[in-house]
Amino acid sequence: MICQECHERPAALHFTKTVNGKMTEVYLCEHCAHEKGEHLFSGHPAFSLNNLLGGLFNPEPHFATNPPFQEQETHCEKCHMTFQQFLQSGKFGCAQCYKSFDSKLASILKRLHGGNTVHQGKIPARMGGALHLQKELQELREKLQEMVTSEHFEQAANVRDQIRALEKKQLDEGGVQ
Amino acid sequence: MSLERFINQQTSAWMSGTGPDSDVVLSTRVRLARNLNNVMFPTILPVEEAKAVVTQMVEAAADKLSLELLKMEDLSSLQKRVLVEKHLISPFLAETSFYGAALISEQEDVSIMVNEEDHLRIQCMASGLQLHETLDKANRIDDVIEQQVQYAFDEKKGYLTACPTNVGTGLRASVMIHLPGLVLTRQMNRIIPAISQLGLVVRGIYGEGSEALGNIFQISNQLTLGKSEEDIINDLDSIVHELMSREQSARDALMQTSPTQLEDRIFRSYGILSNSRVIETSEAFQCLSNVRLGIDLGYITHISKSILNELMFLTQPGFLQQYAGGPLKAEDRDIRRAALIRERLELEETN
Repeated sequence: MICQECHERPAALHFTKTVNGKMTEVYLCEHCAHEKGEHLFSGHPAFSLNNLLGGLFNPEPHFATNPPFQEQETHCEKCHMTFQQFLQSGKFGCAQCYKSFDSKLASILKRLHGGNTVHQGKIPARMGGALHLQKELQELREKLQEMVTSEHFEQAANVRDQIRALEKKQLDEGGVQ
Repeated sequence: MSLERFINQQTSAWMSGTGPDSDVVLSTRVRLARNLNNVMFPTILPVEEAKAVVTQMVEAAADKLSLELLKMEDLSSLQKRVLVEKHLISPFLAETSFYGAALISEQEDVSIMVNEEDHLRIQCMASGLQLHETLDKANRIDDVIEQQVQYAFDEKKGYLTACPTNVGTGLRASVMIHLPGLVLTRQMNRIIPAISQLGLVVRGIYGEGSEALGNIFQISNQLTLGKSEEDIINDLDSIVHELMSREQSARDALMQTSPTQLEDRIFRSYGILSNSRVIETSEAFQCLSNVRLGIDLGYITHISKSILNELMFLTQPGFLQQYAGGPLKAEDRDIRRAALIRERLELEETN
């Protein structure tokens, strides 16, 4: 038997693949099997994190297979991904999914991010001033708290004035508290 | 032309191992995950839109940041493998992505992956421990791109990513660290679970599980939501400093309690590397790690420190096959690897 890939070397390995009940047989030499094998296996991480997410998120796995009543399945109105599909793949279809599945996401995010659900980091410049102002205010409030705790009252007073100025600016710009 | 350069230029500047704290820390990497607003995530993106994302990113970033475009569909599997081994692209981008592409800087310290799991993965690499500098660099690139495109961003959840494990900052910062002292004194098995409790992940960068080939570990943040980028970086930085000082104590203790055994180990490894005719990756990495330790501790003086970083990259299967000009069987790779290491060491002797 000659290798079906290179048609040169003798076949050393025999693979049987069954897809939808249809069986295909492949005979390969060691060289081609290695080349092909690396491609086959490295591209399909069978136990990747995403595959595990489904199990982790499924709150009641026993009911999931046999639900007490058939409810209308939640799906994303934009990309039509269902929540069940997300659980299986561990990946969202589009940004809108975060809104569509919002009510079910909090517990998942908490589990993944050590109990956190609210972003504290960078804000894109184009998101406009209101968000940046809000973030700045929050940072100042934290700073104020620190200074009061460490009894640096003079600096704390400065920070408090800055906070007041920003709060006034926020009101003037019509931003929400 | 430039593809040839990325493939043939054997090591990138950030692999040189000359940065701050490079006694222990080999390299630093920062990655930001970003997605375009109103475009489906790459997971379910239709062909035409996937192509459009690449075009849009080239317009937004390539010229402004002097980056070179490499499209995955234009590359052979061996070329992709070399780029993976250089950490310029991920295995996912190379194997699974749909119209995946990478925008890479000439110095190979910036690589923006397009249509990976997210539309954009901005990656910056640096030699030694440079977390703050590398984050700043990634942020500047992020700002340039953001002037041209609208990101998927939510004020509560931050940057929206395909996988909820990246949502918020989209930041993954990681440090590649060489810890032979902690491995030899059998402390790693206790340290790894402790670090995991702090929201950081430690894993062997080559090899499986806690068995790290060449005593090289990668430490990165796991949480991306609820902490600012600076806090994430600071936490990682302080743990890395802690590990560095523990590694130093372990090395001191080894020098004090069993100097001859340590010296024996180092020179045996040096003997194997300079004389072997056939060598597997795991043995090569272990010996390279010992020789590097010998250089750090002053036992070996005529070899440059970069040897571990450099040979670690160059003796990977993809590089060896590229160097040989075609596919090699595993046995042939082991022979080539041994020859390459011997040649490299001889070069050091004559210099």
